[in-house]
Amino acid sequence: MQQSADYKGCGTSGGAGKASCGSGAGANDLPPHIWDKVKNHPCYSEEAHHHYARMHVAVAPACNIQCNYCNRKYDCANESRPGVVSEKLTPEQAAKKVLAVASTIPQMTVLGIAGPGDPLANPQKTFKTFELIAKTAPDIKLCLSTNGLALPDHVETISKFKVDHVTITINMIDPAIGQRIYPWIFWNHKRYTGREAAQLLTERQLLGLEMLSARGILCKVNSVMIPGVNDKHLVEVNRAVKSRGAFLHNIMPLISAPEHGTVFGLAGQRGPTAQELKALQDDCEGEMNMMRHCRQCRADAVGLLGEDRSAEFTTDKLNSIQVRYDADARKSYQAAVEREREAKAAARESQLATLAGEHSEIKLLVAVATKGSGLINEHFGHAKEFQVYELSTAGAKFVGHRRVDLYCQGGYGEEESLSTVIRAINDCHAVFVAKIGGCPKAELAQAGIDPVDRHAGEFIEKSAISWFQHYLDRVRSGEIQHRARGDADIRQGAFIAA
Amino acid sequence: MPLKIIASQCTGCSACEPECPNVAITEKGGVFFINPKKCTECIGHFDAPQCTAVCPVDNTCVIDKSLPRYQPAA
Repeated sequence: MQQSADYKGCGTSGGAGKASCGSGAGANDLPPHIWDKVKNHPCYSEEAHHHYARMHVAVAPACNIQCNYCNRKYDCANESRPGVVSEKLTPEQAAKKVLAVASTIPQMTVLGIAGPGDPLANPQKTFKTFELIAKTAPDIKLCLSTNGLALPDHVETISKFKVDHVTITINMIDPAIGQRIYPWIFWNHKRYTGREAAQLLTERQLLGLEMLSARGILCKVNSVMIPGVNDKHLVEVNRAVKSRGAFLHNIMPLISAPEHGTVFGLAGQRGPTAQELKALQDDCEGEMNMMRHCRQCRADAVGLLGEDRSAEFTTDKLNSIQVRYDADARKSYQAAVEREREAKAAARESQLATLAGEHSEIKLLVAVATKGSGLINEHFGHAKEFQVYELSTAGAKFVGHRRVDLYCQGGYGEEESLSTVIRAINDCHAVFVAKIGGCPKAELAQAGIDPVDRHAGEFIEKSAISWFQHYLDRVRSGEIQHRARGDADIRQGAFIAA
Repeated sequence: MPLKIIASQCTGCSACEPECPNVAITEKGGVFFINPKKCTECIGHFDAPQCTAVCPVDNTCVIDKSLPRYQPAA
């Protein structure tokens, strides 16, 4: 049906065990021209997100729709969620910032425009920014994220500027559900409300998706999972976007707290639990590629996913940063990253080979404290998030992450934050860390989570598989009994970035 | 009566600026401002004032009752 059909169809093979096709796929799972597009895009490749960084520039403040999970009045530098930024930039300021970041962070490979409004409701600013960056830093991939309402009008321009990755937020294909998410849209000089608004929006979104697919532009679809509103419906959304050529589907939990002042937040609409989110992602995975490593970052985020270095690059500080854009230095740095990735993949494969012939029904989750590069290299007390892997005899598969407050805060409030950390990884059997103190170690063990620090500095997947083998051995010998874990919390409150 | 923007509620998102058929809206200190001499309440252009229709904050682009009503040229 679409030109893009060639990179689909691997969805079902990406089931249990094998890192799911798409966001978890490696060089061998995708056609070369698709792999080339995603291999260093942290959002489109889970494998890449351990190594490569992205940045968003907040040049697009205006929006053309209202969503019940968004409140444009609220902005706090200490908070991390989409739609929030601390300072707006002109295209010229943005281009300067990109060069400064690219020369400071050589693994920054992707520039995205994600708001804080809608990039295509600010087409002049958005495309001017792309034009300036394509001129000064042609090696940087361009990317944008839109609600899709204005998308059909801009597909030609997107294609002309070689924007290779477009994300559309699609929360529904049924206007009856849509009117509970979108109070209004502004289109063709008119404000539409209710069912009519949702009908127009879904038609424009799906049309835009088809038009991008037909031009071979990779499309990711973001969906916000809102329990009781669109949670069951997202399976239908998944089918609809797959059939229109979407490359990747990213189902994200609703972020909703009363202090955000959103309609959902004030109404007490809850977000999903970790198990609810994973169950929906697993249900959709048979249909297509799922993204599970999204950090729902701000429209001015800078750095690896999960870290935010935007505070280093404020307009004030930009004036004092020496910008020396050195394409060759970036290239050689990235070549070193590629060698590191190969070593990691080789270690995983050799460890996986030792699992060959093993068969067990046991499937469990483990949490990992990491600073990146695919290594267990973060202290328990310093972790701002844990990555979650599902282990089975088919291998280790990344299935998500959990944000937490720092456990180690210099002597106060620690006990309370330890219980928050435990709640966030309560569905995990073990937590892998570079280092951990005696006290939290004992409490974790008591909560039934095995604190593992003997793989400090080693590759995540290799270590996890080796730990899992040992676990199976102990279950088999009767030393321990395998028990299912409970559910876990997804953090809702304001996220303190640093 | 032209429209005015309640500055304390304006998020500075700029959505209204390009929608105004009279180019009456400009940025001033991070928020937006409607030049009452240029505002026509969108009469003759659209069914409803565009700034009000696109503004993300309710009751922020409102009729300024302190000024006389806009009179379309005959």
